[in-house]
Amino acid sequence: MSSNGLVIEAENMVKRFGRFVANDNLTFSVSKGEIFGFLGANGAGKTTAIRILCGLSRPTSGKIRVAGYDVYTETEKIKRRIGYMSQRFSLYEDLTVIENFRFFGGIYGLKRAVIMERAQDMLSRLGIKHFENTVISELPLGIRQKLAFSVSILHTPELVFLDEPTGGVDPITRRQFWEMIHEAAASGITVFVTTHYMDEAEYCNRVSIMVDGKIEALDTPEKLKTKYQAQNMNEVFLKLARKTN
Amino acid sequence: MATEVSIHCENLTKTYGSVTALAGISFKVSKGEIFGFIGPDGAGKTSLFRILATLLLPDNGTASVEGLDVVNDYKKLRHLLGYMPGRFSLYQDLSVAENLQFFAGIFKADINENYYLIRDIYEQIAPFARRRAGKLSGGMKQKLALCCALIHKPVVLILDEPTTGVDAISRQEFWEMLIRLKQEHITILVATPYMDEAVLCDRVALIQHGEIMAIDTPENITRAYPYQLFRIKSSNTLNTIRLMKEFEGILSAEMFGDTVHVSAEKGRINANAIIKYLSEKGMKVTAVSEADPGIEDCFIHLMKRSGVVSNKIKTP
Repeated sequence: MSSNGLVIEAENMVKRFGRFVANDNLTFSVSKGEIFGFLGANGAGKTTAIRILCGLSRPTSGKIRVAGYDVYTETEKIKRRIGYMSQRFSLYEDLTVIENFRFFGGIYGLKRAVIMERAQDMLSRLGIKHFENTVISELPLGIRQKLAFSVSILHTPELVFLDEPTGGVDPITRRQFWEMIHEAAASGITVFVTTHYMDEAEYCNRVSIMVDGKIEALDTPEKLKTKYQAQNMNEVFLKLARKTN
Repeated sequence: MATEVSIHCENLTKTYGSVTALAGISFKVSKGEIFGFIGPDGAGKTSLFRILATLLLPDNGTASVEGLDVVNDYKKLRHLLGYMPGRFSLYQDLSVAENLQFFAGIFKADINENYYLIRDIYEQIAPFARRRAGKLSGGMKQKLALCCALIHKPVVLILDEPTTGVDAISRQEFWEMLIRLKQEHITILVATPYMDEAVLCDRVALIQHGEIMAIDTPENITRAYPYQLFRIKSSNTLNTIRLMKEFEGILSAEMFGDTVHVSAEKGRINANAIIKYLSEKGMKVTAVSEADPGIEDCFIHLMKRSGVVSNKIKTP
């Protein structure tokens, strides 16, 4: 992390594909321990921005630092300090729970003893120690998603990207999942999350809404609701994103 | 006015090996209703819809649509059904217009004759008529799929998660289209994991682990919520949850947006007692108010009542 407490600093971030501008001058920052909701319609440019912030895609221009490192020249350092969880692929289905922990921990270069200690701690906090040797494919979706989140922060990253982490899970799991996210944030891990459930935006400290490659709004859910005279974040989103459709 | 039955299921069961997809499902849907099946992945929605669409055989039980049995009369029935599977199933390398022509051709339907049904929807994708279906955005794919499912003027529409993974705007537009179609007296069966879409249906079935936990109008479902619900806003949500779990008389304390939802037997606790308790523990409480339960609160309550705990394993 840089000395100013900012885990993401983006200044005039631009990404062009030919004539198409996917990210049009994005300027925003995310603080340590913050839960930042990154919203936008399909095709608004969210995935492009996330790929840049993960060090997977080179921006066309702009000054961008993640975890204190430059996205042009220090991508390998960035990759070590971030975690990533996607909706579709998260864990190896034909490995057991503990094997997944060992595999992902190993990739991040954690020592075996450290992996085992953290894995045991995470499993007992989830109340699923008895599944340690169960193959992932035999577990219900809700547990898999909670495990996937645990695995994504096993190496105690500074920043974790969650890409629609709650798609299709039951509502009890969904609320528990958000409690886990808040616990992680309270421990100092910054959370950068995308979702199509607009009610989930209310769980975030701050929310940005992208429309056609630009950030149209960025503030706390409460202030956005006041500003756009909306009952909930769904209304805020529709008001902003529908203008251009 | 007597309502005519469009869909009728009696005790439908379906298992895959040791996994139970449908554990004896019975329900009726009236003609012209928008009927929603609300439940998470793996609840059994797709198995049920595939049986009704005559694409899957049930193990036991019976199902009929428009008086036709889904097993014995499947050939006749298919002409009456419009089915939109959960996974995008149009021809990706045919254009928008070609897909529509293809599906109209299969059903020997006249596009011009039935165009009025899809006009509102098709006009939105018409500018891309020559684009390949595989190159459309998520929302446009769904619109095209709906057009293809409608072009033979079905009596019953079966839509399996048409709004999953689609952004909030496309979801809203999709529902506006369904509500317009209702005026054409088409019976619409729709599955969704989004609890907030329940209120857009005439009636809903809340489904989990192959069982219907409740079936009613959305208003009646939330009215039947047996507990009192409080919404607590405080300076520290995580600590509030922890403290409220120890509060006498509490049934649950869960995070809900930037607030905590607490449930209790009716009349057991009140807002002032909560404020007093939290303040004594050193919490800064911004507001405590009674909250109206949503479909999601009801779903959670029913899951707990039926003993469906998410920490259970699928197979014993």
